[in-house]
Amino acid sequence: MIINHPLLGPRDSAEFVYLGAATLMDRPDPDTATAEEWHDYGYLRDNPAGPHRELWFHEGGDRSILIVTRNTTTHEITAVELARTVGART
Amino acid sequence: MRYSGFKVIKEALTGHKGWTQAWRDPEPQAQYDIVIIGGGGHGLATAHYLASVYGERRVAVIEKGWIGGGNVGRNTTIIRSNYLLDGNEPFYEFSLKLWEGLEQDLNYNAMVSQRGIMNLIHSDAQRDAFIRRGNAMILNGADAELLSEAQIRLEYPFLNFDDARFPIKGGLAQRRGGTVRHDAVAWGYARAADSRGVDIIQNCEVIGFRIEDGTCLGVETSKGFIGAGRVGCAVAGNSSRLMAKAGMRLPIESHVLQAFVSEGLKPVLPGVITFGAGHFYVSQSDKGGLVFGGDIDGYNSYAQRGNLPVVEDVCEGGMAIMPMIGRARLLRMWGGIMDMSMDGSPIIDRTHIDGLYFNGGWCYGGFKATPASGYAFAHLLARDEPHETATAYRFDRFRTGHMIDEKGMGNQPNLH
Repeated sequence: MIINHPLLGPRDSAEFVYLGAATLMDRPDPDTATAEEWHDYGYLRDNPAGPHRELWFHEGGDRSILIVTRNTTTHEITAVELARTVGART
Repeated sequence: MRYSGFKVIKEALTGHKGWTQAWRDPEPQAQYDIVIIGGGGHGLATAHYLASVYGERRVAVIEKGWIGGGNVGRNTTIIRSNYLLDGNEPFYEFSLKLWEGLEQDLNYNAMVSQRGIMNLIHSDAQRDAFIRRGNAMILNGADAELLSEAQIRLEYPFLNFDDARFPIKGGLAQRRGGTVRHDAVAWGYARAADSRGVDIIQNCEVIGFRIEDGTCLGVETSKGFIGAGRVGCAVAGNSSRLMAKAGMRLPIESHVLQAFVSEGLKPVLPGVITFGAGHFYVSQSDKGGLVFGGDIDGYNSYAQRGNLPVVEDVCEGGMAIMPMIGRARLLRMWGGIMDMSMDGSPIIDRTHIDGLYFNGGWCYGGFKATPASGYAFAHLLARDEPHETATAYRFDRFRTGHMIDEKGMGNQPNLH
């Protein structure tokens, strides 16, 4: 798979470390979250067949974390964003 | 019809006109006591033990494609019980004991071959870890044998013992481990279950569950509604998709694991070898092909094919341990979808919905578990309580902190 890095252009996916679903960015508020919310955040996944937003860490590159939208049934990548850009918007 | 040597001779002399189909192709009835979703190894084994051990008479297995077309036909056929943790080892040893009696139980030649498995040791720390694992196995009634480098040289003289980076310093052997003809496992369980009246319904996809007041009443399928007193789900890599139809989110990610087989060679590899410094395992099938594999690709996938970086990684592992493998040409490669759980261990449990039961999260270790998984799931479905070897495989272990994490990787499924 080739990941089209927003800053570095097309890169081999082997340069990246896969970190899991992008929903991991939505961490519960440590001051108010219940144990049940932490359980759901830490252990439950949607695991869809189809488009999936997921985190790829460019360990062998600029060490940025990307949000890649990839179809899990075809491996086709349709969008790549910098996680820090998305995080700043929310 | 029972299979036997006499039957083979009789049919050979009479033109092979007396063979009948191995299982029926029934239309679904309106109502069953128990419906199993998933006609793979685990689902068919569950049906067999429900009928043969627990006396259930009205059981159906429904399968969206053809039986044995998923992971039971896509694995590297290895059986073993070399686990460390208390929650796992008794279960896998129970499974290995069932493998040992499987062919007589099923009256089916599954080519169970206890040719032994050898985990190679490359460092002092690894030897310490394997001694601990071997002791845990022996304490749980399994067999384990620590071998020196010299002993391994006698059995596997062609291995790369003197590699500068990963020299072979010994090994942990389980002589009762080995390989099984994987398709025959599905067919043998199907035939045995069918002979006891289990309906195996192929090309029947589950579209949804009928759930009223927190109770599952049956399944909506492409062949209409099928009522069921209890529904058991055993669909491996498709677990999350199926259970989402019941409104559940699972502690599972689906990942692709690739496997490979070389062209047929003369006998060269007597048992199963695993490389301790990387992730590579290889055995030789009775047809002569070297069957091998390594790590999962590491990203969520429902495509039954992987990508080239892992192919390279697996082949590097093979070349590091067994350089002559480089002379063999690759014949086939394929991928299967693994239900990777959050701690690397499976789940056999009831759900929060009455009458709905779940079996999954087998990661890439489901094949060896097939008999015990079926037995334990049948026990759960028939008695509504966990089998004594599967009490740790609960959904709520992530809530209560009782994870069964053999590799100590935490909730990162692609690292298990």
